[in-house]
Amino acid sequence: MSGTIQNRDAFLANVASSLGRERKQRVERPVWKFQPQHHVLKDASQEELVEVLRSQCRLIHAELIETSLADLPKRLAAAVNLYGGGPLSLWKDERFSGFGLDELIHKQWPAEKKEVNIWDPVLGEKNIELAEKANIGITFSDMTLAESGTVVLFSSPDKGRSVSLLPKQYIAIIPKSTIVPRITQAAEAIRGKIEGGEVVPSCINFITGPSNSADIEMNLVIGVHGPVKAAYILVNDC
Amino acid sequence: MAMKFSTEDFKERIKENIGDDFMRKAVAGAQERLHTRRLDAAEELGNWEEWRSHGEEIRQHVLENLDYYLHQLSENVASRGGHVFFAKTGEEASRYIKEVIQKKEGKKVVKSKSMVTEEIHLNACLEEAGCEVIETDLGEYILQVDDHDPPSHIVAPALHKNKEQIRDVFAQKLDYDRTSKPEELAMHAREMLRKEFLTADIGITGCNFAIAETGSVTLVTNEGNARLVSALPKTQITVMGMERIVPSFEEFEVLVSLLTRSAVGQKLTSYVTALTGPQGEGDVDGPEDFHLVIVDNGRSRILGTEFQSVLQCIRCAACVNVCPVYRHIGGHSYGSIYSGPIGAVLSPLLGGYDDFKELPYASTLCAACTDACPVKIPLHELLHKHRQVIVEKEGRAPVSEKLAMKAFGLGAASNPLYQMGSKVASTVMKPLTKNDRISKGPGPLKAWTELREFPAPEKERFRDWFTHHQKEKGDGKS
Repeated sequence: MSGTIQNRDAFLANVASSLGRERKQRVERPVWKFQPQHHVLKDASQEELVEVLRSQCRLIHAELIETSLADLPKRLAAAVNLYGGGPLSLWKDERFSGFGLDELIHKQWPAEKKEVNIWDPVLGEKNIELAEKANIGITFSDMTLAESGTVVLFSSPDKGRSVSLLPKQYIAIIPKSTIVPRITQAAEAIRGKIEGGEVVPSCINFITGPSNSADIEMNLVIGVHGPVKAAYILVNDC
Repeated sequence: MAMKFSTEDFKERIKENIGDDFMRKAVAGAQERLHTRRLDAAEELGNWEEWRSHGEEIRQHVLENLDYYLHQLSENVASRGGHVFFAKTGEEASRYIKEVIQKKEGKKVVKSKSMVTEEIHLNACLEEAGCEVIETDLGEYILQVDDHDPPSHIVAPALHKNKEQIRDVFAQKLDYDRTSKPEELAMHAREMLRKEFLTADIGITGCNFAIAETGSVTLVTNEGNARLVSALPKTQITVMGMERIVPSFEEFEVLVSLLTRSAVGQKLTSYVTALTGPQGEGDVDGPEDFHLVIVDNGRSRILGTEFQSVLQCIRCAACVNVCPVYRHIGGHSYGSIYSGPIGAVLSPLLGGYDDFKELPYASTLCAACTDACPVKIPLHELLHKHRQVIVEKEGRAPVSEKLAMKAFGLGAASNPLYQMGSKVASTVMKPLTKNDRISKGPGPLKAWTELREFPAPEKERFRDWFTHHQKEKGDGKS
């Protein structure tokens, strides 16, 4: 369903007249004279990018846990315990299964009396309520930016934006294969999707560590409106 | 809060603020920290000048083709089911927003930080209509709880307050009974505001950059409040100044990289969120209704003029953080929600010379602002242009400047007067001179010498020296 547009013609005619010309019907996106963004970490290997990510995590107060694929269930379970256990809020995401986490999610945690809530569009608003009372939210990273230490999350009906936002703490599982140099590559990938006919997700989040503020006397306070702690679990899937 | 928040005279405001020791220390400390962090972040990239040039070329291209990109943006917002309202004035924008809220029977509004909503007096308009409006950025929340104290910095609005003052405000207004530790104060705000997020009907956000190609709006925060504002209420209204737009995600990433580095020295802030339309089909969170309000409010009057480049601004406040004048007088002295060099350029353009004619003089024209600007706005040149306009077209140079010029004009026009003046200057000033400097000047010099020394007049007049010198040279030749 298309939305409404009000007052556009008069408004844009005025803009064009201020610029001293008629309204433009077509503008080509220019080839930019300067393109410094493509040079950042240009020739870095995947290992070098991991090293950049490591040192960036220290700056953004995100805990980085590195693991092999085989050890992932053990390491995730330990991280959850370290953050005080459930209730847990998870995306409905095939990758949990693909990364061998079914046993942990569907058997071990319930047996340990940890409440596990998986985002399910059928439950409607209830999902938000469950995410709000969760102790930890867990998602995968769709793309990971080494330079800034950022996980990129694309929302969808199964992947609510609340899971990385409302719980008290947040854990992102980062497949090593998702690491790219910087936000430049994410922007190109998003544009690539559009050109390939895909619809842009209603919400794309670039998340860099836990929430924080320096609004009181410029003192850094970790944990304001979003999660108060954040951990990244980097899985060697390459 | 309107754009202009003080009826006091400029000098009165300065006098008041310059005596506020805490504020001045806080501002100096913040400037140093943010300044250093910005320089470090720039240095790390290695080719900062190239980044600035890229930022500049993107912003200039967008301004030159603004009608095209706004058209494209509105088409793409509408095709995703969002509603777009173009508002010529602040009143039009506020009225539309009020009507949307009334149609929804909205009572509680949560807001994330937005300078343009301050500029158009939105909160007052909504409160008059019976809405409860809650600012959720920690700094803005502190100011709102403290009976709407005005912001003093574009990025760190409560910079002028110390933690004890904040504790007292919280104790008085929010029954807060813990210490003045920033962590505890912030935790209290989190608890109070979380309840508000969950029960609000309407979320209002600003917009760091809109992306024309996808119809997206993007929000940049560290606290996560803009995410909550846009994830939980059923209706989201985003308000943007009409110039805050980029062609595609690729230009967006460049500008956001410049913004977070220049504002706080971070490679990216904790949250950068790109929202496209209302919630998608099958989505559970996110707004069911999305409105984008695009505000002119005086901006089109700047387009096509010698001041056009000020619209390149991405609101990072790097210029504020290097300004020696801001350092001494603080944000409140400007009497505008836009303070520092960018405020001194922008406020007279948006709010008129009647209210803001003094601001272009709140500058030493040292050009530190121009050097700091990540999109290369020639701020000090624009300040200088303002002064030209004020003197030449508006005919309202500051009184002291007028008097001094008049006196100089009189003296310089008459040969005997000029001769006498330059002859006696050194003798007259002698009692006040120490080591060739004057540190306690009389009359109009006093305001200057209270803050710094003034060089004493040379003992020998230039004309005398020149005649003498010519003679000596002549002698040497022969």
